Amino acid sequence: MSAAASPLLEVKGLRMHFPVTEGVLRRRKIGEVKAVDGIDFAIARGDTLGLVGESGCGKTTTGRCILRLERPTGGAILYDGIDLATVERSALRALRRRIQVVYQDPYSSLNPRMKVGEIIGEPIKVHGIERDARRRAARVAELLMLCGLDPSFADRYPHEMSGGQRQRVGIARALALEPEFIICDEAVSALDVSIQAQIVNLLEDLRERLGLTYLFIAHDLSVVRHLCHHVAVMYLGRIVETAPTDEIFDNPLHPYTQALLASVPVPDPDVEAARAFRPVTGEVPSPINPPSGCVFHPRCPIAVEGCRSARPELREVRPGHFVACSEVV
Amino acid sequence: MAALLEVRELRTEFRTGAGLVRAVDGISYTVEPGETVAIVGESGSGKSVSALSILRLVPDPPGRITGGTIRFAGRDLLRLSENEMRQVRGGEIGMVFQEPMTSLNPVLTIGRQITETLEQHRAMDRASAQRRAIELLSLVGIADPERRLRQYPHMLSGGMRQRVMIAIALACEPKLIIADEPTTALDVTIQAQILELMKDLTRRLGVALVVITHNLGVVARYANRVNVMYAGRIVESGSAAAVYRTPQHPYTMALLRSVPRLDRPRRSRLDPIEGQPPDLTRLDRGCSFRPRCRFADEGCAAARPALETAGERDHLAACFRRGALLGAEAAE
Repeated sequence: MSAAASPLLEVKGLRMHFPVTEGVLRRRKIGEVKAVDGIDFAIARGDTLGLVGESGCGKTTTGRCILRLERPTGGAILYDGIDLATVERSALRALRRRIQVVYQDPYSSLNPRMKVGEIIGEPIKVHGIERDARRRAARVAELLMLCGLDPSFADRYPHEMSGGQRQRVGIARALALEPEFIICDEAVSALDVSIQAQIVNLLEDLRERLGLTYLFIAHDLSVVRHLCHHVAVMYLGRIVETAPTDEIFDNPLHPYTQALLASVPVPDPDVEAARAFRPVTGEVPSPINPPSGCVFHPRCPIAVEGCRSARPELREVRPGHFVACSEVV
Repeated sequence: MAALLEVRELRTEFRTGAGLVRAVDGISYTVEPGETVAIVGESGSGKSVSALSILRLVPDPPGRITGGTIRFAGRDLLRLSENEMRQVRGGEIGMVFQEPMTSLNPVLTIGRQITETLEQHRAMDRASAQRRAIELLSLVGIADPERRLRQYPHMLSGGMRQRVMIAIALACEPKLIIADEPTTALDVTIQAQILELMKDLTRRLGVALVVITHNLGVVARYANRVNVMYAGRIVESGSAAAVYRTPQHPYTMALLRSVPRLDRPRRSRLDPIEGQPPDLTRLDRGCSFRPRCRFADEGCAAARPALETAGERDHLAACFRRGALLGAEAAE
């Protein structure tokens, strides 16, 4: 929906339900966690889609399904025409060269016993792209420079670097296989603000220079607004609103999106002093036993009787702006 | 009116394998009764250690408070015995930490953790402590408090646990609460709930609050005054309005410019602070921000600037060029 001409990635009706089991000797399934419960989105080549929402909304699980770290329980993930949800393992290997990931925590996603050069060089070796060690080292140096690090960092260990430098290594590793699509899962969330801005600029430069496409999974709305072309807001396994970035931030229509935006304090005491603010009440319900009808209705300030029974589907209320709420006209 | 808390030249050091780290390197600030003071800074700036030092909770070894005074309600906390200090902690000074799951005892019920505080500090009997615990849980917005008292921390959500932490912090009617990143681990809608609750309660009960945070938006929304820390020192201090409107230290200026803002038009690029925070084992005698500062010159390498008045009363900055930079900034 976000891309008119054949998107690079198209997710259709994606479902990831995890069984909840009980018992040690005989495991019985007693329920399901509907981590992702029927979502659709598309990303055009060269675009960045921001997938936002709070913990447990299913944004990370969605990313894991695209990487096929989980096998989805329903729906299709069309990547350049191939369905990642059902593709054979053998075909998956080739596809993984094209799809890479950058994780949140550069402390735990880099092997502490490997030098930076080995960390970045390993995927090149594993995928048999460059078997010659000298040429591989040259490629690692190139990647380090591309990510704003001195090539001498190849001889360091992750613990000898700062958080921002480590995240640059994580990005260099993701770029090693020359992918076209990168999933950034909270890639800048653990960084201090001054460093965060460096990494945001780096991601933006790389996208332009290398023609990359990003799925940017995050909870920080101000970073998402800065970096993304389109935004999809998730709540309890579903997309409740999606639109081009400026449209969704200037004119949020779903009550949950409005609550999320209002919850972010602006770094300006004058603006904050003038702003009337009441936080949305209640907490996110359990995805094991989600509310009937619209999943947001127990916390929604504008819910009506009908919201308890009917699940609203995404509908286009303005050009390119989709909202799953029956009360939005 | 006398200040409620007066920190003077506080120094806390850590002995590490890499050398001596001056995590808190001579900081001074005051907190008046009932006001909210923010300590803002990035990782490693010393903001959390400064808070732990006030409570004398710095693990020793490797840490040690090596100098300064902490006057609270007329006494120097650094001169109290460990027993006296135990009465201050959780009694006269309430504490709220970032991760409620690790600050609450997992094997005690919520009720027991609140009544324990009351029995310890207030010598209450079980029954009245129980009644007070129910009162406190309602105060922090927990529905059905009688049932919650019988539950264990793992049965509660993150937001609910932080409400319990606030209830415990308030249990003995403290004059001061120290909150270290109280909402960092929480989702944004829950963070908003907890911050509004803390603001409402501190105002209503007249409790002063020292909140340690890295979130510039939280400071803007909730703090009366702010102390900006960098590399173990306070580099700027003043009313939140003055510090945000007319920042006087290049670090504060750069920090405020580096965050993307939802209320401003989108910029094509963010304005980061280049470079990395300094290695605290290798600080020289110059200004610690110098290597990342756009305005630094030779003078900045020769000596470390002291925290001194910059324009308005009570607005201090530790920069040789304080008061002269705003023009330079605007001219660009």
